[in-house]
Amino acid sequence: MNKLQNLSKGLIKENPVLVLVLGTCPTLATSTSVSNALGMGAAATIVLICSNIVISALRKVIPDKVRIPCYIVLIAGFVTMVQMLVKAFAPALDKSLGIFLPLIVVNCIILGRAEMFANKNTVADSAVDAIGMGAGFTLALVLMATIREVFGNGTFLGFEIPVLVDTKISILTMAPGGFFVFGILIAAVNKFGKHKPKKKDFGCAGCPQAAVCGKAAGDCAGNEAEVSA
Amino acid sequence: MTKLIIILLSAVFINNYVLSRFLGICPFLGVSKKLDSAVGMSLAVIFVMMLATAATYPIQYYLLTPNGLGYLQTIVFILVIAALVQLVEIVLKKYIPSLHKSLGVYLPLITTNCAVLGVTILNITESYTFLEAMVNSLGSGLGFFLAMVMFSGVRSKIEGADIPESFKGLPVTLVAASITSLSFLGFGGVIENMFA
Repeated sequence: MNKLQNLSKGLIKENPVLVLVLGTCPTLATSTSVSNALGMGAAATIVLICSNIVISALRKVIPDKVRIPCYIVLIAGFVTMVQMLVKAFAPALDKSLGIFLPLIVVNCIILGRAEMFANKNTVADSAVDAIGMGAGFTLALVLMATIREVFGNGTFLGFEIPVLVDTKISILTMAPGGFFVFGILIAAVNKFGKHKPKKKDFGCAGCPQAAVCGKAAGDCAGNEAEVSA
Repeated sequence: MTKLIIILLSAVFINNYVLSRFLGICPFLGVSKKLDSAVGMSLAVIFVMMLATAATYPIQYYLLTPNGLGYLQTIVFILVIAALVQLVEIVLKKYIPSLHKSLGVYLPLITTNCAVLGVTILNITESYTFLEAMVNSLGSGLGFFLAMVMFSGVRSKIEGADIPESFKGLPVTLVAASITSLSFLGFGGVIENMFA
């Protein structure tokens, strides 16, 4: 696979949020406004790039048996760095992202890419993959946030939109609206997406917890794409 | 006492972890297909949430804060939770095999569940006392349980419905979750007024 394909697959064909359905919690929670979505996307992308590069560089050093704890420690380290940077330079963003900034640690996209890609590929490929996946995550977040902010709040990036501001559908910015918009977007991707990705590329096989998950009452078999920790 | 009840009820109904705070969505969507696995998963979550709070709260206030290591919170908490879950699994396997049989399979899944890490961090940011933190964890766990059990009922109804092709699977589940979450909006303000 060449570099360009590596980069672009994260954007559309294997979009981490809309196609692979990873990292649903931050997607739903931080897509209430476009600025939050951009902030969350950027923070997660930086962590993803750093962790993919380091994990790929250490892939021959880390023993296979303890790889997951090693990845978690590395990722937690990068998340702490990003947390400190955001606190120092963008305190408003820190406030609006709140708990979801430290929770990047348990974001499935990052652990998932480490397990699926970075531990088998070269440093350069992993970095490109991380940039693509991070951009795809940000793209999906911004898309969802645009729908929710424009129709739910009548604004875009804080600027008022003439007609829509008088006919707000405020429910869209609340919790139920998050689930609803996400559901509709995934349905749209199912409808118009030409490339049906092979199931074994993600879902259970790619999930870092596949081994234990299989035991969980066979739940995985029925909805592979949904069980992503 | 009133404060504890308010914390408990708010955590279950108003700030429901799954339906209004969006924490722990993955198990909510993944393991809610059957009632028995939904119950097993939720019981394990309640158990681990309380245990994790009991372990991380003293670490934060007796180890990290006095030594000026507050910035290590994220790393320390995730490691403590991961180690704790492993330990609990081993102990249960050895001494209470029956409990291990019912909860065991769900325990490793919870290690990287954002609801568990979320509750331990929120307990610190909300500056609760130890007792309040424990009550909050219990409430959050119960809220997760409530959402899971309710939603597994909703999903069993969807199973037999005639759904457009592109909505099959995840999309219809999300739309159903949206309606379930809508019903929880009704609790807003109720708890505060009860004790006003």
